[in-house]
Amino acid sequence: MPELIGIGVCAGVAAGPLLRIAEVPALPAPTPVTDPEAEVARAEAALAEVVADLERRADRAADSTVTDVLRAEAMMADDETLREGVREHVEAGHDAAHAIDAAFAAFREAFEAAGGYLAERVADLDDLRNRAVAVLLGLPMPGVPSPGHPYVLAARDLAPADTADLDPEQVIALVTEIGGPTSHTAILARALGLPAVVACPGVLAVPDGTPVLVDGATGQVRTDVDEATIKAAIEASAQVTAAASGLTGPGRTADGYAVKLLANVGSAKNVPAADEAHAEGVGLFRTELLFLDRAQEPGHGEQVAAYRDVFRAMAGRRVVIRTLDAGADKPLPFLNQEGEPNPALGVRGLRVARQRPEVLATQLAAIAEARAETGADVWVMAPMVSTVAEATAFAAAVHDAGLPRAGVMIEVPAAALRAAELLKVVDFLSIGTNDLSQYTFAADRMCGPLADLLDPWQPALLQLIGLCGEAGRAAGKPVGVCGEAAADPLLAPVLVGLGVTSLSMSPRALPAVRAALATRTEEDCRRLAALAVAAAGPAEARKLAG
Amino acid sequence: MPTRTVTVGSTSGLHARPAKIFVEAAAKAPVKVTIRSGDRKPVPAKSMLSVLALGAKQGTEVILEAEGEGADEALDSLATLLASDLDAEEGSHA
Repeated sequence: MPELIGIGVCAGVAAGPLLRIAEVPALPAPTPVTDPEAEVARAEAALAEVVADLERRADRAADSTVTDVLRAEAMMADDETLREGVREHVEAGHDAAHAIDAAFAAFREAFEAAGGYLAERVADLDDLRNRAVAVLLGLPMPGVPSPGHPYVLAARDLAPADTADLDPEQVIALVTEIGGPTSHTAILARALGLPAVVACPGVLAVPDGTPVLVDGATGQVRTDVDEATIKAAIEASAQVTAAASGLTGPGRTADGYAVKLLANVGSAKNVPAADEAHAEGVGLFRTELLFLDRAQEPGHGEQVAAYRDVFRAMAGRRVVIRTLDAGADKPLPFLNQEGEPNPALGVRGLRVARQRPEVLATQLAAIAEARAETGADVWVMAPMVSTVAEATAFAAAVHDAGLPRAGVMIEVPAAALRAAELLKVVDFLSIGTNDLSQYTFAADRMCGPLADLLDPWQPALLQLIGLCGEAGRAAGKPVGVCGEAAADPLLAPVLVGLGVTSLSMSPRALPAVRAALATRTEEDCRRLAALAVAAAGPAEARKLAG
Repeated sequence: MPTRTVTVGSTSGLHARPAKIFVEAAAKAPVKVTIRSGDRKPVPAKSMLSVLALGAKQGTEVILEAEGEGADEALDSLATLLASDLDAEEGSHA
């Protein structure tokens, strides 16, 4: 099996030994305990090693949120009541591994019974249990390896918990067996600028330590490579990167057609990275961060402060701020949304304003005040809009708050089909390709086996984007893309050809997209767009237009 | 035995950061402090897992107990900590 093929989700070439994420160990068959004291000592030593490992990772982590998470986990493992429980179970005749499992199980039950926040911590308990069992069995602790040298990380899929403290000095590329273009792996890879291939069957059959060459643009993972091939591939890729990083300034095609290149940010903390990538502004300011984990909605003053920080840092430039996108995968405690039969099709995004109009009113007032205090060119948009009536009401609310520009996101096919009518009542559209894929193909974004349906090169998705682009051209109003699709350098010319006037992405993805646009004329873009939409499927679209 | 009955003041309840602050303070106390809610069994206040498992929310009444030299002082400072809103300390996101 010299070459594996998956979906390339972050361009770039890297080579190194492949290492797998260590699997969760299975509990061994119970063994009789002959020396209870020695067995207790073995169990306590295993727990102590788990604590020490978490503390080491916490010391090393660069991000303070990650440090806090790791220290909190260490505190949970370094617990006298837990140790007492382990001792009791050993004295009752259980070996160290089963005693640890049973001691955690008691808390697991209490946490599950409490529900809410504690039920979510059950995963932490399981993780600690698995780590301690791995130590007892002499296996690597589950999670991302840390061998002390660069390597290609392979996994079935990656969850945020696996990658919280992923060290980009060691991990040089990501390859997962499942996942799709909008999975956590893809988003993480773009944020870190790591070459990545997802939905790559067979990668877990490659023995640990095998040298592999990963091409995150084509989706190829080669396992039969020699030194010379690796060297040549990396040099070729370095030239592309150097060419990309040499380019700065506003986005434009080879013949000078302007395409605004913007950054996605969640708070003022992301602004330096956006500046470093020469972003022309912010195309998606997510406001959820401020609301997450809150029992109550943040007050007016707190919201003004958070928005002002970003607006001030972007003074003179465009900032497209999205009103609260709650619900579905981002439930907020203060909205009490539990109990929806299908949250992805429930009260989320702008729909929350049907029940809680004051949340939107407070947010718009805070945005208006923050704008008045700074010099940013603030545009406001609503998520999850499906009808012209919703857009009309939203635009009225935005203008009533004293804000000049109102837009809507296109995430639902119904909205894309009515793009021309929407542009009669709003000033701009912004296409959220992740959700638009999910709703167009009726395929959950988190559903690995359906990843192929969520490929941004699916002609049906491109056709809907084209409807929006045409409506924008006819109305003379901007149409942006702010989903993961905007970060694909090969797709960028196609999107521009479909009529998209701005692309917003993780700052790390910006230089490659800027470079890709600079190689095509506007005429090329239109031709490639027509080929991609007419293609039979995503693979053919890539082949013809990529 | 010296006892304090306190209403949990933190917005998010006795979870996450407030739990961490409380457990760390209890571990530093010179006496063994227990905490219980309702008629359930008292648990060590310096055990993170036991404190979390109480599932105490904002407004839940909990009972602190300790015995020995310095018990009253230790209980007073822990009770003050529990009654305050430890989430608010994070400050605004300014």
